[in-house]
Amino acid sequence: MGGVALKQKLGDQARGKQLGQPLLAQLAQRRLALLEPVQLHPREHFGRLRELDVRVLHDLHAVAPGVAEIEAAASQDLGARVLETTPHRLAIVHDQAEVAILVGPLGAARGEHEKLVAHVDEGHSGHPPAQLELEQPAVEVERLLQVVDLEHHVVDADQPRHKPQHRLPAVAAIELDGLERRYGERVALAGVTVRVEAGQTLAVLGGNGAGKTTLLRVLAGLLRPHGGVARVLDAALPGERWKLPGRVGYLGHEPLLYRELSGRENLRYHAQLHSVDTGRVEELVAAVGMERRADDPVRELSRGMVQRLAAARAVLHDPALLLLDEPRANLDPAAAELLEPLIGRASGRTRVLVSHDVEGALGESDAVLRLKRGRPVGEDEDLYR
Amino acid sequence: MIRAAKAILRKDLLLELRTKESVPAMTLFTLTVYVLFHFGLDRDSLDGELASGVLWVTLLLAAVIGVTRLFAAEREQGGIDALLLAPVDRTSLFLAKAGALFLFLSAVELVAVPAFALMLLGPDLGGTLPELIAILLLANLGIAAVGALVAALAAETRARELIVPLLLLPMLVPLLIAGAQATEPFLRQQQGPDDLGRWLGLLTLYDVVFVLLSVAVFDYLLED
Amino acid sequence: MYSKGLKPLSLATVVTLATAMALVFFYAPLDADQGFVQKIFYVHVPMAIVALCGFVAGGVMAIRHLRSGDPSWDMRAYVAIHLSIILGVGVLVTGSIWAKASWGHWWVWDEPVLVSFLVVFLLYCVYYPLRFSIEDPERQARYASVFAIAAGAFVPLNFVAVRLAEAYTHPRVLSQTGGSLPGDMRLTFLVSLLAMALLFVTLWKLELTAKHASMELKKLRRKLNARVAA
Repeated sequence: MGGVALKQKLGDQARGKQLGQPLLAQLAQRRLALLEPVQLHPREHFGRLRELDVRVLHDLHAVAPGVAEIEAAASQDLGARVLETTPHRLAIVHDQAEVAILVGPLGAARGEHEKLVAHVDEGHSGHPPAQLELEQPAVEVERLLQVVDLEHHVVDADQPRHKPQHRLPAVAAIELDGLERRYGERVALAGVTVRVEAGQTLAVLGGNGAGKTTLLRVLAGLLRPHGGVARVLDAALPGERWKLPGRVGYLGHEPLLYRELSGRENLRYHAQLHSVDTGRVEELVAAVGMERRADDPVRELSRGMVQRLAAARAVLHDPALLLLDEPRANLDPAAAELLEPLIGRASGRTRVLVSHDVEGALGESDAVLRLKRGRPVGEDEDLYR
Repeated sequence: MIRAAKAILRKDLLLELRTKESVPAMTLFTLTVYVLFHFGLDRDSLDGELASGVLWVTLLLAAVIGVTRLFAAEREQGGIDALLLAPVDRTSLFLAKAGALFLFLSAVELVAVPAFALMLLGPDLGGTLPELIAILLLANLGIAAVGALVAALAAETRARELIVPLLLLPMLVPLLIAGAQATEPFLRQQQGPDDLGRWLGLLTLYDVVFVLLSVAVFDYLLED
Repeated sequence: MYSKGLKPLSLATVVTLATAMALVFFYAPLDADQGFVQKIFYVHVPMAIVALCGFVAGGVMAIRHLRSGDPSWDMRAYVAIHLSIILGVGVLVTGSIWAKASWGHWWVWDEPVLVSFLVVFLLYCVYYPLRFSIEDPERQARYASVFAIAAGAFVPLNFVAVRLAEAYTHPRVLSQTGGSLPGDMRLTFLVSLLAMALLFVTLWKLELTAKHASMELKKLRRKLNARVAA
């Protein structure tokens, strides 16, 4: 039975009928040949998972079972395994007939139990958005995917994404309004307001001490904002900072590589932290042209090579947002070209680019933010005085 | 979470194997302190309470070195940011660091205790080895938990090298008491009665309290 | 906010303190062996008890701080610990005087309470350098709270450990601190304890009020500057 047919069937059964044993039995029997995610290319896998919230909202809305149904169906599945390579976690929220599922990376969940607050998308029905808190939601992605076959919705990461079938509010990748950050009494950032759509590049210009690095660190979720409104990748800062880890790639002044370990060992370590398949490590090593020296300790490598490895590290987990602080420093033109598909405009990721090369940065960006002493300034202001 | 902890631990062990920074230094330090005690106390051999005290104080001082170095690689090479950006629980980091410290201490004791027996201990260790090992392992667990917590507390401060000993050593006093009292009967000339149960109990209580506390509280550290 | 009830509290403190002093000087019996100096017991022990409670209370406030993220809890914890450290100095000094009077030495290891108090005191002294070596105020508060919690959990553990150790090496003779107190001593002791506790709370509130005021001032000043700059 194909994916569409099952959904149809489930949909038919759901409408107005009691979902009883037959559905459960069916779901239990159905061993969806869910592609072994671990064998899928991680990029596709994560690409699919990113689409999951949109797709599943759509599909489950059509099916509209209650939570009990899904959990019962899930528990019927005897062959379920925890996905070894994904840290994603699911929460199921039930609000009468609406089911919404949020897939987020395993954040630094605070406190003694994990509470994920999920919201119901109001675009779906007349129901007002509802919020429920669940404690310890624990349904593995695989089981859920088996309940709702998503196979035909998998988006090939190399192709442009589908538009969602139903209206969802357009979510900008970055939305800042009056962002403020202080160091004690000193103002590091103030009044920063900018909006960056997904896939666009924001250039951040300014002299030394203007607050560029601080801004990057706030966007990465490393620093919490002290004032103003900030949303990054649909996570409200500072409250939802836990949603960010794993979705942001940071290429700063520090390469974040251990000097005593080899490039390969460093990348493997990061792959383990982000639950990324080791095949990807090899792929990236090749992509940055470091095959020959990948086993030499980082301290023996030239600054340009280190930068290449650092770039590999930054994109290893296929982040949706890239934060780049002078990415082409120390790179010769050949190396810069190698990195272009990974961290450049062609990568399709949302990027925030800090650079002193004003012309170059402006050339590859969609929006510009000029900072002086932590505040945004206009075009005619001299940034470097 | 355990997976991430293992990954971090593996990385730390790999680094230690390559750089050989912590364990050899700690071991060398214990040997040096034995020499200092020899001259300071003007004794050729120790037994009973004195022996127990010297051994444990030396081990604790060596632990201070290990704790101070625990986050060194992260601090110097910016590794903390990498961890904060990864979808990894802070608790994994705690488990990894405490695990690393535990292993380092055990490695140091593998040399330090026999050295102590050779250099300063009067009576033979002989058949008391299993009990000693049990005491040491339990103690290492406590030191590892408290040490990792203190290391994280002091990691970003300017006066790290000062704060670690001042913070760690008082907190280890109960552990020192339990360890020294537990070991003392085994280092006497004539083996006397021991109250091992009571001291092992105290050690276990200490371990449980501080492991739980550190796990609970670690999330609040190392982030901004 | 903090000054609510400060006046009646201060009044109560003064009254209780006066009563306690009266009792100590005129009511409590004179000790046969140690003479007048024994009366320092009525200062030393209540101070110790209140200080230890202050430390543990600081730990509890620190937990509230971490869970709520509300900086006022950190301030409360800071003041509690700060006052307890000052009391701690008093404990050690009075303890030393008492030791000299009772046993002829300025310091003795026989008293497990005093000894474990010394360890606790040494630990809490690190609170200041720890706090002030972290520049970012939010992080400073958080790390201080973590410390306060760990140290707060440490206090009882340490007490138990030291007690066990001393029991082992110095079998405890029923000392003046424990055991049963004769009626008139007990009354004096309890009143002194109450006075010390009230004093602590009053000072705590006082200091908090002052700190709160200066913080509000800083906030206003910062707002003003921002307005001027923009």
